[in-house]
Amino acid sequence: MIQFQYERASTAKAAVSALANNAKIIAGGTNLVDLMKRNVMAPAKLIDINSLPLRSIEQQNGKMIIGALALNSQVADDKLVLEKHPLLSKALNAGASAQIRNMATVGGNMMQRTRCSYFYDTALPCNKREPGSGCGALEGVNRMHAIFGTSDKCIAVHPSDMCVALVALDAIVVVSGPKGERRIPFDDFHRLPGSQPEKDNTLQKDELIISVEIPDNTFSKNCHYFKVRDRTSYAFALVSVAAALDLDGKNIKEARLAMGGVAHKPWRLKEAEKALAGKPATEETFRQAAEIAMQGAKAFKHNAFKLKLGPNVIVEALKNAAGLV
Amino acid sequence: MNEAFFDKKEYKPLDRVDGRLKVTGAAKYSAEYALPNMAYGVLVGSRIAKGTIKSIDSKAAERAPGVLAVISHLNVIKIPGYAARGVHPSEPPTGGQPLRVFYDNKVYSNDQPIAIVVATSLEKAQYGASLVKVQYDQQEHQTDFEANAKNAVIAAAAKKNPKSPTADYDRGQTDAFETAPFRIEAEYVLPTEMHNPMELQAITAHWEADDRLTIYDKVQGTKTTQKTFAKEWDVPEQNVKVIATFVGGAFGNGLHSWPHESAAIIAAKQVKRPVKVVLTREQMFTMVGYRPRTWQKIQMGAAKDGKLVAINHHSIGQTSTYEEFTETTLMQTRMMYASPNVSTRYRLLPLNVATPIWMRGPGEATGAFALESAMDEMAHAIGMDPIEFRLANYTETDPDKNMPWSTKYMRECYEEGKKRIGWENRKLKPGSVRDGEWLVGYGMGTGTFGANRGPATVKAELDLEGNLVMHCAITDIGPGTATAMVQVASNTTGIAPEKITFHLGSSEFPNAGLQGGSSTVNSVGPAVQAACNALKEQLITMAAAKSGPDFGAAKPDDIMFEKGEIQLSGKSSAKLKLSDLFKQNNIQKIEATQESKPSENGKKYSMNAFSMHFAMVHVHPFTGQVRVKKIVCCADAGTIVSPKTAESQMIGGATGGIGMALTEDAVMDHRFGRYVTKDFGDYHVPVHADVPDIDVYFVNKPDLLADPVGSKGLGEIAIIGVAPAIANAVFNATGKRVRHLPITPDKLLGL
Ligand SMILES: Cc1cc2nc3c(=O)[nH]c(=O)nc-3n(C[C@H](O)[C@H](O)[C@H](O)COP(=O)(O)OP(=O)(O)OC[C@H]3O[C@@H](n4cnc5c(N)ncnc54)[C@H](O)[C@@H]3O)c2cc1C
Repeated sequence: MIQFQYERASTAKAAVSALANNAKIIAGGTNLVDLMKRNVMAPAKLIDINSLPLRSIEQQNGKMIIGALALNSQVADDKLVLEKHPLLSKALNAGASAQIRNMATVGGNMMQRTRCSYFYDTALPCNKREPGSGCGALEGVNRMHAIFGTSDKCIAVHPSDMCVALVALDAIVVVSGPKGERRIPFDDFHRLPGSQPEKDNTLQKDELIISVEIPDNTFSKNCHYFKVRDRTSYAFALVSVAAALDLDGKNIKEARLAMGGVAHKPWRLKEAEKALAGKPATEETFRQAAEIAMQGAKAFKHNAFKLKLGPNVIVEALKNAAGLV
Repeated sequence: MNEAFFDKKEYKPLDRVDGRLKVTGAAKYSAEYALPNMAYGVLVGSRIAKGTIKSIDSKAAERAPGVLAVISHLNVIKIPGYAARGVHPSEPPTGGQPLRVFYDNKVYSNDQPIAIVVATSLEKAQYGASLVKVQYDQQEHQTDFEANAKNAVIAAAAKKNPKSPTADYDRGQTDAFETAPFRIEAEYVLPTEMHNPMELQAITAHWEADDRLTIYDKVQGTKTTQKTFAKEWDVPEQNVKVIATFVGGAFGNGLHSWPHESAAIIAAKQVKRPVKVVLTREQMFTMVGYRPRTWQKIQMGAAKDGKLVAINHHSIGQTSTYEEFTETTLMQTRMMYASPNVSTRYRLLPLNVATPIWMRGPGEATGAFALESAMDEMAHAIGMDPIEFRLANYTETDPDKNMPWSTKYMRECYEEGKKRIGWENRKLKPGSVRDGEWLVGYGMGTGTFGANRGPATVKAELDLEGNLVMHCAITDIGPGTATAMVQVASNTTGIAPEKITFHLGSSEFPNAGLQGGSSTVNSVGPAVQAACNALKEQLITMAAAKSGPDFGAAKPDDIMFEKGEIQLSGKSSAKLKLSDLFKQNNIQKIEATQESKPSENGKKYSMNAFSMHFAMVHVHPFTGQVRVKKIVCCADAGTIVSPKTAESQMIGGATGGIGMALTEDAVMDHRFGRYVTKDFGDYHVPVHADVPDIDVYFVNKPDLLADPVGSKGLGEIAIIGVAPAIANAVFNATGKRVRHLPITPDKLLGL
């Protein structure tokens, strides 16, 4: 580990001004500390934000506001969350381990870096870690990698489960910077790699995530998070799907659909959602939507299975959401 | 012998004698000895897989705060034992030259340790290590097994000795397969697997004097390690002390001496302070061995009645370019079934990788995956129940050695296993049982491992309060050796377990071999028995002098202890207070040291432990997920001296087998010769959610031909046969045969 300074911020404002001087936020530390131990990240200064009052989960004016420091386990078990947004709880519980969820925060979860092996090993090339060094995965071992929105610079995936649910729920990210607050629709928060894979998202270096807001919705009865992974727990998704339906009897009024493990960002499937709206909730309908969802997918040497697995998981998630299983 | 005493001699489940120390953190492991003035070493690994080191720039590291030294081949002191090429006292079956750390500028594998940074704290050493800059002359490396398989060679050991287990073997006709009525031919691949014990490999090295070394080291044999480093440093063996009181799992990677151990010892010598080296999890993938990637091909022929006609079994295992690691992959094929014609071919593939080493169920677990999968494939081809098929080929003698078994109770295992797993629910036709969306399947696999026994010595002392204290150099890598030995001693003497202590894990104690190859209970157990009996003889002599003929005619088996009294069996039931006897003789304690060695029975009998594993799985047809719903492990391992820890051993083995079947895979990017899965996040060992209820059944019949305790060993058979049981169950559920482990969801898509 490279030496660094450590400071505790007592106000959000103090944290933001420290960020302007090349500091890095530390919340639960479950991702950042690992990366520092492997010399993948070497911030000169850490700002510990754990004493900021950002842990609450509240319901206000038709939306739920979840503080950036709310713990993954706290959110997953929260009564209000279970009642209004069970999809979020399911996605959180599908991630990491109980111990890690007890440390991990909502802000940290959104900001976690990819688990691409090439990113993690400083002896191997990675444009995300070291721009210009090349993408190790492109021609390398890419079984876990993206099938949507890749570039020749990076084919890494965003590893979060929570974010797949949040993008499906049309969440808003509230951030605070030197110029005040900014509200970012969840789908615009994470970005595709393009020619700048070193940038995971649109948060500026001197901005702090304050909270995540979820507008009220009508999906709490019929939602499901389906995650397929290499072991039953404590593994990142090969493919995961967040599915939410607003059903009118057997008909779909509105649907939400997003995928994990397939792109550099949580992958919202708006075209497929449109295809579901107004149709009967049947396997047939789900299969058609899944086909639409997979349009434009492109596989690499070891991840072609995701082209087959992806639509199957979409159908399974929808079947579960609709209560057909 | 008195029957009543034997009734009492039933082995009961006993909590681990060191359980409290372990769960409270009081048990001390190799990395937990805080010696005064101790320094910390961090290894720098090579970033190429083959070539030479052109230069090492260590200036910045040397200037970094707290750094005491940066040691590499450029400035290492002379190590006397390095001159003797090929000297490798502890591992005779591993041919070649083990890597001599910092010996020269040659790089044989990626992440080979090429320098050690020693500093006053771990963090300072880590920081120093990050500053070391190395330049290489890189050469083209070969790490890709498939691309190089044609370059496999016959092992040197096999060339030298045609009777070697790795030599070419033919029984009966070599072409019998060609004309068999039913034939199957299939290839099986087991990827590289890592031992990955929870405890990282760690050593604290301390030169107490210029020629006296003490190491606190995570090893499986204190005496073998002592020999290795005495040779390496050209000092008398008794000058090297090896302490391994607790070992947090090893699964085989403590059976070899590794470069990091030598590096720590060198560093301690060079900085003149004790030095501690703890590997990182990533270094556990590259520096301390692994289960070698192995390709196998089986041709199997059978007749309509299910009688095997022929088995041809070929295998290629990977090794390094500097050391030949061989294992007994093909032995089970030679002796498990009554096939008149059997041919085996074992080959090695040297690659630019580090040397593999035995990993739980070494060789047999790999071979059993192919053999037991092929047995299932053949049963399916004939249309027979896999158990009926195996019973049709049951052999009452060892067809390889042409000797009777010392004991073999596999029929009991078939019967009990069938019952417990619910075999009657299995359908012959794959894919015909469902539970909701999930496909349901049943499978089984068998395993065997030699009842290997070696010499061992135990010292036992008994004091006047009836406390029995024993010492032996054996290690305990987790199975609960002290617990088992306390049970053997209690069983031999009648002394309550609470009054017995078994000290192990130090080269200062009486001799014992490695903890490996399922050989501890059947090697050390008899020595415990012998030492306890020797104590009894002394007592009988003392007692006879005191109370006359009653005790005078007694044999060790005729006396027992109870509540501080010596009791004579038989009619007289004479009793004597131990404390009185000691006081009258004016002594505080008596002691005895006894060695126990294997008998000649091995020349007349084939001695093996047997296992049989049954699995019930669910497979999700749309997503390829496999859930193991139930496992039944049956073992014929002779006397079970410690039922509780033995059951744990089986559960652990079955869990390892689940990993082998479904999740474990060390993946390498061959462009760099570097692993890309190298932590617990992406090298998947099973977690709780992957492990169902595991039901364990022991035949528990003594094998007194194997050893006087009657035990045949259990450690290895716990895993051997588990992976094929699961793979066979997946086939039964789906009709899809996966021959390349692990069975991850992608391999079962499109059912
Ligand atoms: C072995 C393992 C398995 C895992 N498996 C899964 C899984 O299956 N699914 C899954 O979704 N996740 C998984 N995780 C990842 C886990 O969810 C993240 O590590 C965790 O959510 C990060 O949260 P944290 O609070 O610890 O972040 P930290 O490590 O403290 O920070 C992570 C990043 O976020 C930044 N940051 C934190 N808070 C803020 C803020 N308020 N504003 C701006 N920046 C901020 C930090 O600067 C840092 O760059 C796994 C992790 C591990 C170690």
